[in-house]
Amino acid sequence: MRNRAFLFFSLIMPLAFLFIYAGIFGRGKAQAVPYLLAEVLALTVMGSFWGLSVQLVTFREQGILRRFRVTPVGASAMLASSLVSNYFLTLPTIAIEFYLSRSVFHMTGLGNVLSIFVLVTIGTVTFASLGLIVASVTNTMQETQIINQIIWFVFLFISGATIPFPLLPGAVQAVAVFLPATYLVSGLQRAMIDHTNLPNLGMYLASLGGCALIAFVVSAQLFRWEPESKAPRQAKMWAAAAVVPFLLLGVWESVNGDLRSHAMKDLQSIREPYSMERIEH
Amino acid sequence: MLSGATIEVNSLTKRYGNVEALRGVSFAVNEGEVFGLLGPNGAGKTSTVEILEGLRTPDSGSVSVCGLDPQTSGAEFKYAIGAALQATALPDKMRVHEALDLFGSFYPQRRGTQELLRRFGLEEKRNAFYSQLSGGQKQRLALAMALVNNPRVVFLDEPTAGLDPQVRREIYDIVEELKKEKKTILITTHYIEEAEKLCDRVAIVDHGKVIALGTPRELKQRSGAVTRITVRVAKPEINGALGNLEGVTECRAEADDYLLYSTRVPRTIVALVKHLEEKNNELVSLEISAPSLEDIFLELTGRRLRD
Repeated sequence: MRNRAFLFFSLIMPLAFLFIYAGIFGRGKAQAVPYLLAEVLALTVMGSFWGLSVQLVTFREQGILRRFRVTPVGASAMLASSLVSNYFLTLPTIAIEFYLSRSVFHMTGLGNVLSIFVLVTIGTVTFASLGLIVASVTNTMQETQIINQIIWFVFLFISGATIPFPLLPGAVQAVAVFLPATYLVSGLQRAMIDHTNLPNLGMYLASLGGCALIAFVVSAQLFRWEPESKAPRQAKMWAAAAVVPFLLLGVWESVNGDLRSHAMKDLQSIREPYSMERIEH
Repeated sequence: MLSGATIEVNSLTKRYGNVEALRGVSFAVNEGEVFGLLGPNGAGKTSTVEILEGLRTPDSGSVSVCGLDPQTSGAEFKYAIGAALQATALPDKMRVHEALDLFGSFYPQRRGTQELLRRFGLEEKRNAFYSQLSGGQKQRLALAMALVNNPRVVFLDEPTAGLDPQVRREIYDIVEELKKEKKTILITTHYIEEAEKLCDRVAIVDHGKVIALGTPRELKQRSGAVTRITVRVAKPEINGALGNLEGVTECRAEADDYLLYSTRVPRTIVALVKHLEEKNNELVSLEISAPSLEDIFLELTGRRLRD
């Protein structure tokens, strides 16, 4: 809470989105809230991507990491502790979003709580690990910010987190099925609206978990303590390995997946408050 | 090389691109000794100490600390050492007591936060953010953190660089205390005063090589450095007269004083007194300055330390 950037990306921004989505797009209608809350939860989880990469690069540039290096703490322990602390800082925001959805926007029900909990947990680790990968392959804060902006922009606008997936043009949808963010948004919407249980979200969870695992291992391998040490050329190749689970899932989804039909079905739940013109538009 | 030394450094070399930072550095530090690496910026002091801390790998040569190789001994090595690094920081929004608690939690055996805060005069600052500390307070915290695991060996890399004289003296007092605790301390500095005051032995480092090694007293005796005698007399002396006194290698007039550089101080003084009596002149004041490590550095390298 002492870090203003963290406060903004992890608390203020998601809550602002909640009020904008539920208040303006949802027009205050209770039945639209689960769909919109799922998007806000996804944004909150995806916020981990920013926080950790910026923190790690700042620590490296300021020589903070090298002070840890003369202690018995290893790279994996450093990264794991940052993932865990980030996760526990994300949970209160998720709880506040649920509380406001119910108390201010009169949302009824909570969806499949276990599925939401597991998606938030695995999702937070996945996006934070992807942030760690960015920190591993960039040499300066400027580079980190540029790459973060590009990836964040893609996550934000072509995953369904801001514009509902069915409203995206076909070509964009074809790309979106290769993005981790798309499965997080879709998984949360299915858990919120359809009460989808964990076994039925297995593919999503496996991909998010696989991505998290590879991203963590790769970032631990590429970890650099010293400000002046540069990312090796092959680092970017290693970093690319983290997206392999989503390449596979994207191919599978393109051939025989049901993400599109689920996304359309979930969107129906807010047809009432969303005017048809807006959707067709 | 001394066997059984706590720190051993053998023929270290290290190159950064085209710059040869270390060109065969060797020395050994005994248990409980305060050992200084004295030299100008860029001499290779920090490279040496960072190799000993395990932060860098040498291109060739070997080091051992408490019989352990910093690169391969893992946690056992980290438990044995404490370090105050030259280029480091803590997160701005970390509180003083949190830093000590956090770093203490990394070790199986640790000193209490309260004890360290008291000892380093940081009790009043226990809840202050790192960003709110002055330079001296940051340095005291760095020293407290270096001791959080009660290490056998402490590395202090330029612990007083950039601090004002009063804060510097506070740091000296802390090092003196550590000395009483029989800690083995390796300290790097480009302050002559620091090396003379704190160190049992000093290695003078220049251009990646140890150019002299010994106790401050040995170094001064071994060198051909001359003692300066500052003389003020009642009536001006004829040019060159004082320069011909026994033992005097150089004589300079500076304001009202004459600066005599002598290799045989007692004989020079006797000769001076005789000379003044003969000339019916009077001695107003006389000051003897022994050669400093600065003079020795100048003699060995032809440069001043802060050039």
